Order: sequence, then structure tokens, then C-alpha cells
Amino acid sequence: MPEGMIGQGIGASPVRVDGRAKVTGAAHYASDMAVPNPAWAFLVTSAIARGRVTAIDETEARRVPGVLDILHHGNMRGEVQEAGFFAGGGYAGSSLRPLEDDRVHHDGEIVAVVLAESYETAREAAYRLQVRYAEEQPSAGFDTEGAEARDAKDAVQGHEDAEVGDADAAFAAAPVKIEAAYETPTQHHNPIELFTTTASWENGRLTILEGSQYVHGLRNGVAKQLGLDPSLVRVESPFIGGAFGSRGSLTQRTALIAVAARRLNRPVKLVATRDQGFTIATYRAETRQRVKLAANPDGTLVAFVHEGTEVSSRPDPYKVAGTQTTARMYACPNIRTKVTILHADRNTPGFMRSPPEVPYMFGLESAMDELAHALGMDPIELRRVNDSTHESVKGLPWTSRGLMRCFDAGAEAFGWKDRTPQPRSMRDGDWLVGYGCASTIYPTHLGAATARVTLTPDGRARVQTAAHEIGTGTYTVVAQAAAEGLGLPLEKVLVEMGSSELPPSPVSGGSNVTASVCAVVMKACEEIRARIAAAAGQGPLQGRDPATLRLAEGSLRAPDGAAEPLTEAMARASNGAIEVYAENIPHGLPEGALKSLYQGKPALGAGLEGKDRVMAAFGAEFVEVRVHSRTAETRVARILGAFAAGRIVNPRTARSQLMGGLIWGIGSALHEATEMDRKRARYVNDNIAEYLIPVNADVPKLDVLVLEEEDKATPLGIKGLGELGNVGTNAAIANAVFHATGKRIRTLPIRIESLL
Amino acid sequence: MRPFAYERVPDPAAAQRAVPVGSSSAAAPVPTMVLAGGTTLLDLMKLDVLRPERLLDIRPLESRLGAIRLDGQGLRLGALARMAQVADDVEVRREFPVLAESLALAASAQLRNMATLGGNVLQRTRCSYYRDVSYAACNKRNPGSGCAALDGYNRLHAVLGTSEHCIASYPGDFAQALMALDAVVEIEGPQGGRSMPFAELHRAPGDRPDIETTLRPGELITAFQVPAGPWAKRSRYVKVRDRQSYAFAAASAAVALDLDGDRVRGVRIALGGVATRPWRATDAEAALAGQRLDEASAMRAAEVAFRDARTHGENDDKPELGRRTLVRALLEAQRMEIA
Ligand SMILES: Cc1cc2nc3c(=O)[nH]c(=O)nc-3n(C[C@H](O)[C@H](O)[C@H](O)COP(=O)(O)OP(=O)(O)OC[C@H]3O[C@@H](n4cnc5c(N)ncnc54)[C@H](O)[C@@H]3O)c2cc1C
Ligand code: SF4
Repeated sequence: MPEGMIGQGIGASPVRVDGRAKVTGAAHYASDMAVPNPAWAFLVTSAIARGRVTAIDETEARRVPGVLDILHHGNMRGEVQEAGFFAGGGYAGSSLRPLEDDRVHHDGEIVAVVLAESYETAREAAYRLQVRYAEEQPSAGFDTEGAEARDAKDAVQGHEDAEVGDADAAFAAAPVKIEAAYETPTQHHNPIELFTTTASWENGRLTILEGSQYVHGLRNGVAKQLGLDPSLVRVESPFIGGAFGSRGSLTQRTALIAVAARRLNRPVKLVATRDQGFTIATYRAETRQRVKLAANPDGTLVAFVHEGTEVSSRPDPYKVAGTQTTARMYACPNIRTKVTILHADRNTPGFMRSPPEVPYMFGLESAMDELAHALGMDPIELRRVNDSTHESVKGLPWTSRGLMRCFDAGAEAFGWKDRTPQPRSMRDGDWLVGYGCASTIYPTHLGAATARVTLTPDGRARVQTAAHEIGTGTYTVVAQAAAEGLGLPLEKVLVEMGSSELPPSPVSGGSNVTASVCAVVMKACEEIRARIAAAAGQGPLQGRDPATLRLAEGSLRAPDGAAEPLTEAMARASNGAIEVYAENIPHGLPEGALKSLYQGKPALGAGLEGKDRVMAAFGAEFVEVRVHSRTAETRVARILGAFAAGRIVNPRTARSQLMGGLIWGIGSALHEATEMDRKRARYVNDNIAEYLIPVNADVPKLDVLVLEEEDKATPLGIKGLGELGNVGTNAAIANAVFHATGKRIRTLPIRIESLL
Repeated sequence: MRPFAYERVPDPAAAQRAVPVGSSSAAAPVPTMVLAGGTTLLDLMKLDVLRPERLLDIRPLESRLGAIRLDGQGLRLGALARMAQVADDVEVRREFPVLAESLALAASAQLRNMATLGGNVLQRTRCSYYRDVSYAACNKRNPGSGCAALDGYNRLHAVLGTSEHCIASYPGDFAQALMALDAVVEIEGPQGGRSMPFAELHRAPGDRPDIETTLRPGELITAFQVPAGPWAKRSRYVKVRDRQSYAFAAASAAVALDLDGDRVRGVRIALGGVATRPWRATDAEAALAGQRLDEASAMRAAEVAFRDARTHGENDDKPELGRRTLVRALLEAQRMEIA
């Protein structure tokens, strides 16, 4: 067996194929890519959340040497057409048209774009631009006047509130019950790579360089905004410095920069500032929830009510609606859920790592802990008596459900038995000690995908698919799939992604990519194998059934051990390269899924939306916290997650994702919140000195257990796990804080003052 | 950022003559500001909050103003010594632990490597409205414009030393340690050298929050003298914050204790994260003097320290946190094992 061939296919843990390029700086992110003689753009964003721009005085700004132009509603009206809100079948994260008129819809809305010879000049001129406003009293959402509440079932196309049995009657009659309200804050993704866009035109063709989780969506959306045929727009996004949902749908800046480049007749480059990133892209919506849970004395649930209100913008009904997941989590005969959208003078929220689950599973999993306490029951046992092979809304089977296996393995590794159940019963010097746990779940979304795989006569493969490297290791796992399918060592596989010129791949969201893209790549590889096998007739494999021949270890092999080197076997099938384009529509997705994909619409399915089955990855998270007995700081002493997520393509990158998820969860529970000036409806801590995320000192001992799980529902048995790790952490930490202190904190993040 | 002229102080000899520093006003257009580590100044220039026309880089003076010197009289710290250098100094850690702790618990390793002591004590508030020029109302940045924090987001704002014109908290840590040890600040200026108690360097906002210090135009901080004393070794800095590292204090306390058995012979207390300027809690000190130090007496002193606290909604819990922080610092200092 040649060197380097062991352990590089699916299930192996090779190091990232792009790792070296990233740490040496050879990997070029969109804004690193050189364009000839660019002009620079600097955004001017609104200083009010609601009202009108009454005047823009350019005099002083224009005086700065090197200023080329200033775009604003006075000279841009009609330039950018509507691309539509993505949830209504469009492309954009917001339905607002940029610089269309003098209205200001939210804090930090783009009101002008200064174009200049250098970044510094553009910035200085932007600071000197005088924008005057007529301010109107805005509503920030909760606790302020003027927000408009609408039932999600009326506001959001296709939304249904899950309901089974009569939850209110069952709740009223139940022997043991709890009822509580939970709150989750606004959060921002803050990827380290800022929001950037570079646009250039050549012969009527537009090239956009922009970090994107969906290059085909971006291409089609910008084309629509600018009235172009999509074939005239090219999007390049080879590497992405973090996204977490923030680069999933089109933002308003892209079309503006494209128009600027057309007007100046030269490339234009924008690198928006950190604080602008809080308002020109999306964020996690703030929620307030009410949960009612009732059980028999043995812990079996009899009623579950979950109601959530979520803040969105005036024009767009972005829904979080994690009730779709919580309603299916445990066996329960009576369920009622309801989602309400609160329209306020805010920018439109959007996807952020595990969008529905993070806020809503905080509600459910905290409530489960409260119920366990009320029942005098171990919280793990409460979950066990309510575990189920079928979800509770439609009674569909889970394709596999490793929840309790995760609890058992996790409890063992964590030492859960050392926990004394009484709150405030464990202590270490001045610190109160608490153990908490919670379930985690993430639906296995799948999307239609396409890929082209080319095997060249020298025995090398090239994989082309417009998937995205958002930092999770997609280049690596796609290469592994091809290495597996073609029996090649990893270094003979070249993967090209992140370009709209490549065969379309789904949006890099919903943790679907590994499953969706590996599936189509394997399909293409299988066709290559079949072609080579069919031509094997005259060689050393003469007489073998082509269907039994496999590509492995650089050769075509028969079950009896006979083999022919790949390059020779291949030469029988083709005089040159073998190129296969494949398409895949996963089980449960409509036929139209491919068409949507080509139109750049993010059509994902499966997960909890299946008609005949539901599919998800599960896990259990365990946390030990310490709360200072006097000054009430909460610190995580250790955290452990046990996960069952189907077949693991690359345990190394999988572990990184789960680890990152747990760390993110620590931040979400204890640190992260976008603070609002509620009177002015403006974000105030819009920088990463004041918007806190965990630093190394906040992440002490961390363990990830990945359990083996075979799920036969899909050909490869892969479940996504990128968004699995951070779902349960909020509640696990809050539950641990309750155990440490006896105080139930139902508002995130849990801060010093929550516990004084 | 706006264009500015950049100059370096030519050589150490040049510092013999006065260096024009600029005024101590945060808002009035100042022609020149001195640049030390730049970790406050450059940030605020990029944010368009500070707009000096000329920067005078004083780092070439490091050889003269960067030293740490300890003798029988006490400690002398050059204003250009780096935070990290002092935090890691073995003698400072042993003889004046509160100084080293306050520095080690501040900012991040990178910032501590870059930032100087002089720049540190002159760092600006983290009030969001001060740091974001899109807010019109900020008396500190724009005198007479009002104060957005009063009815805005003020979770981290001060409860001591506030005025109706400004409630911004002083964010630093080191200043409290200096204050608790009765440090003296050495200054050079156009009129020559002078020194004053460190406690007189910062001003409470009053009706001129834009004037933050008592430095005169053109004056440069050159050193801090920290007198030796029986309290210095039993000194401690407790910093309570929203995460384990790299965060400003929600509340902090610098205490230095001179104990006679369990009786307090002398105590010095300075509070951070809760006041508009580094805050000496002299009444609390008086309440403890001669008392047995225990939970009850520490709580009484803490009550006294926050007697005059005024809150503004989102910071309603600050006095309670401040009290608990002080109690914790006193009891932890009492428990210190002194070699
Ligand atoms: C993200 C972040 C987190 C931080 N966290 C903390 C923290 O937790 N605790 C903490 O205490 N600090 C913290 N800081 C502040 C940091 O400690 C200060 O920025 C730093 O100490 C300033 O020193 P410098 O030498 O860089 O000053 P500079 O930025 O160079 O100068 C600051 C000011 O002092 C003036 N100046 C400098 N030296 C002199 C002198 N010798 N004489 C007269 N005027 C002078 C300058 O003109 C300027 O006005 C943080 C900063 C950042 C950016
Ligand atoms: S508290 Fe002070 S710094 Fe903050 S807005 Fe008010 S005046 Fe400005």
C-alpha cells in the first residue's frame, strides 16, 4: 500500500488540506484578492433608528483630496431593485432597497457611501460628511412603545404552530407542573473577517469578491438587484473568515459597491468597520418565551406549552420558531406552541449558528430542569422516561436517536454521580459549585447539490462544486469523499469551491454541507468507477463482474484480490480524462430542488420537515460551574459534550466544530449580548472589546465524546454537526448555576448582577 | 482618523526641556498630543473621538523614563515603563503586590506589552456614547451637548463621584493601586518639574467632564513614586468582571492593610469600576481604623464607602457589587501570608 493512503477517506482524520495555506497567509480571503487600481468605499450609517435624512452636506467631505464621489439617496434612487426577503422567496436578508429614499428604518442603516483613492481618505471624508436627520421616536422592540406584534402564522409564509391534543386542559389537571418565562438577548456573529465587498466590471460583466455562504444566491440576488442576467455576474469566495449565518443571504452593501464600480469605471473595494457590521448584516433575534410543562409523578410528560415572541424589523418577518424543534423533542401527548413576531425599528435579524434551537432549547431544557427539581427526580432520568422513537407532533419515526446513549456515556465520563442533588450543597472554598446538564439536538438538513469530478490520466482527481469553506473544514471533507470514492490518496485530490462558476452547492447553512456535498461527490465518483470497471474486460481483471470492482489504494480491485493500477485501468476507459457531472436530490426533497438550487434559492429539506421520517443529531452536555459566594461571578470549571451524529467524515474537524460549539455556548450563556439603548433603539456595545465572548481563561477543561452511530436512512449516514455543540450549553450552564446557588436564572446572559 | 503630523522626541536629552503635551481636555481641539503605547490614543483617533493635529511620540525617552527603581524610601516607576514589565517585576510583586496585580489583571498580554504606565493612568472612559461620535449628546466629548448615558445604556457607569453632566466610570485598574499606596506623580512641563499626590491627578466631572485631569497644558508625567510602608506588602487588588480575563472591572478594590494581630492599625482603600475617577474611600478607612477586621466590620466599612452612591437604572446593582468587592478584598488581604 503506497505511503499516505492509510486513513484519508471518510472516517479518517487527516489534517486540513488548507491548513498550511491558512497559517502561512497563502490563503487569500475575498478582500485579499488583488484588483487593479481599486477605489475605496467607506460607509456612512445612520445615527438614528427612525426618521428621515433631511440634508446631506458634502462640502467639507468633498474638500478632502482624493475623494471621488459620494453616493446617497439623492443620486442613487432607482439604481438598486428589490431582491426580496429570502424567507419570502427572494435573496436578501432584508427587503429594504439601499439608498432608495430619505427614510431611516433602523440604527446604522447605510445612508451614504464615500468613494476615494484610499481607505484612509474615504474614512476621513466620511467623518466630514454632515448628515442631518428628522428623528422620530423609534421602538426597540420589547419594553418600548410602538412595536407591532403579529402571529407568525399570519406574518410568515408557510408557518404553522404545532399543536397536539389539549395542552391547556392537560396542564390544568396535571399533578406536577412548572410555568416560567425565559429571555434570550440579541447576539451578533462578529466573524473575525469583517464584511467586505470588492466589485469590478469588464465588458458588462460583474465580478464580486465577497465572503459568502452562498455564492449562487449572491450571484442571482445581485443580478436581480441590478437587472442583469445572472450569467453576467461572477462571485468568488475562496475562503471565509467565519460566517455563522451572517454571510448566508444577500446584504445591501453588495449592489451599492457594484453600482459604485460601474459609475467610477474602476474596481471598488469596501471593508466595513466592526461596528457597521452590527447593522449592515443580520444578527440573532431577541426572544421572550413562556413555557409550561406538566408531568405525572413518575415524570412522564402530560402537557407542554411553548410560546415565543421574537423581535424583527418593520418590513420583514424573520422567524426563529424553535418551537418546531422543542415540540418534537420528547414524548408528550398534549402540545401547544405559538410564535409571535414583534416588528420594531430594528435591522432584520437572520440566521445565527443553530438559529431556532439556541434560544428555544434554552427555554425547554431549563424548564425540564425545573420540572425535574419539582419532581425530585434526576434530570437525566426525566429525559429518559420521556425519550421516544417517534416525534410527538406527527408521530413520525426518528431515523436514529442517540440522546440517552449520549446522556449515559456523558454522565459516566463527567462523573455525574458525584453530584449531590440539593442546590447549594457543593462548595470549594469561596466558590459555590454546581453541576448541570441539558439535551442538545440539531436537525439533519439536506440539500440538493451538484458537483463535477474529473479524473485525469495521471491518476489525479479534481472536484468542483460551489460549496464554501467557512472554516469548518469543507475543503478537507470533500477531498476525503473523493479520495474514498476513487481510492486515491488525499494529496491527489484537488478541490475547487467558493465560486459561482462551479456547479451549484447548497447554502452553507443548517449544517447540511458535509452530508449534501459528500453525497453528490460520491455519486460522481461512483459513476467514474462504473465507467472504469465496465472497461476492465481485457486486462488482469478479465472475467470479473464490473459491479464488484472497487477503486481502492490507487487501483481497480476485485473481491478476490486481483488488481490493476488505476492509471492503466483508466486508460482502457478513456483516452484522456474522465469527467462526470452529478446531481443529487436527497430523500424527501421536491423534484424542483435542483431548479431552486440553480436559481440560488436556499432550498434545504429533510431534518424535521420530512413527510415520512425525521432526522437529527443528538447530544448531552454537562457543565460544572463555580459561582463566587460573595461577588457572584460565574465561571465554567469544566464542560463535556457527548454527541451522536451519524457517520463522522473527519473526527478531527468534527471535534473542532463540537469544541467550538461548546465554547460558543459558554459565551452565549455567560457573556454574549448586544446591548441596546432602548430609548434610541441603537446598539451600544458594537465592538469586540465590549461585546464579550469567551477568552482562553474562560475555557478550562473541555471534553468532546463522539459516539458511534449508524443511520441507514441516507446512503452515507452522515448527519450535520456544525451547529450541534452550542444548542444545549445555555441551559446546561443555567441549570448548573441553579444547582450551585439555588437561584434559577431565566434571562441570558447570566451575569454578576443576576446572582447578587 | 484625520491626517496628523507625527514626530518623535529626538533623543533622551531632548526631554530635559519641556515637551509640549497638549491640554488635559479631552474635547477642546489640541494641537499636540503625546503618544506613548498608543493603545488608548490611536483607538480614539480611529473612532474620530480624539483629533490631534500633531502626535509627539515619546517612546524614545524610554531609556530615561522606563526604569523601575526600588530602595529604602520606596519604589519609583518611570512613566514609560510598560505595564507587563512592572506586572512581572519580582520585587514589585513581593513588596507592592497590589501594583503588580492591578496591572496583571488589566487588558490583555498584547496590550500590556505595548502600553505604558503614564498612558495607563490617562486612559479614557469606555462610555459607549463618548466613544461613538454619532451620538450628539456627550458632555465629555462635546461640552454642553448633554449626556446620553443618563437615560441610555448605563450598566457599566459610575455610582460615585457622578454629576448631572457625566456619569462615565474611570475604567483603569492601576490608578486605584497607586492611590491606595499614597503614590506621588512626577511631572515635567514648560514651567519645569513638579510633583503632587497621585490622588490629585484626576478630577471628578462636575460641570466640566471634558477636563479629566489637573495636568496643565504641555505637561508630561515622568514617574510615580510609591512610598514604602508597613501596609505595602499586605496589599491586594480584587477585580470583579464579566469574564475571567480581558475585561474592564465591573467593580474593583485596591486595599493595603497594616494589621496588628486582627486589629487594623491602618488601611487604605481605593475603588475602581464604580466611580468617575480613581476613588479613595477615606471614610471607609476611618470606619475600620482601630477595629478588629472581620466580616462585620468589613461590611460596615463597605456601607460607608457607598453611602453616597447614585444609580441610574441599569447600574442599580453596582453599589451592592462594589460593597461585596470591597469586603472580599479586605478579607483576602487579611488572609495573605506575608513573608
Ligand atoms: C481592549 C482593551 C482592553 C483594555 N482593558 C483594560 C483593563 O482591563 N484595565 C486597564 O487598566 N486598562 C485596560 N485597557 C486600557 C489600556 O491599559 C490603556 O490603553 C493603556 O494603558 C494606555 O497606555 P498607552 O501607553 O498605550 O497610552 P497612549 O494611548 O499612548 O496614551 C493615552 C493617553 O495618555 C497620554 N499620555 C501618554 N503618556 C503620557 C505621559 N507620560 N504624560 C502625559 N500624557 C501621556 C496620551 O496623550 C493619551 O492622551 C484596555 C484597552 C483596550 C484597548
Ligand atoms: S457619561 Fe460622560 S462620557 Fe458618557 S455620555 Fe455622559 S457625558 Fe459623555
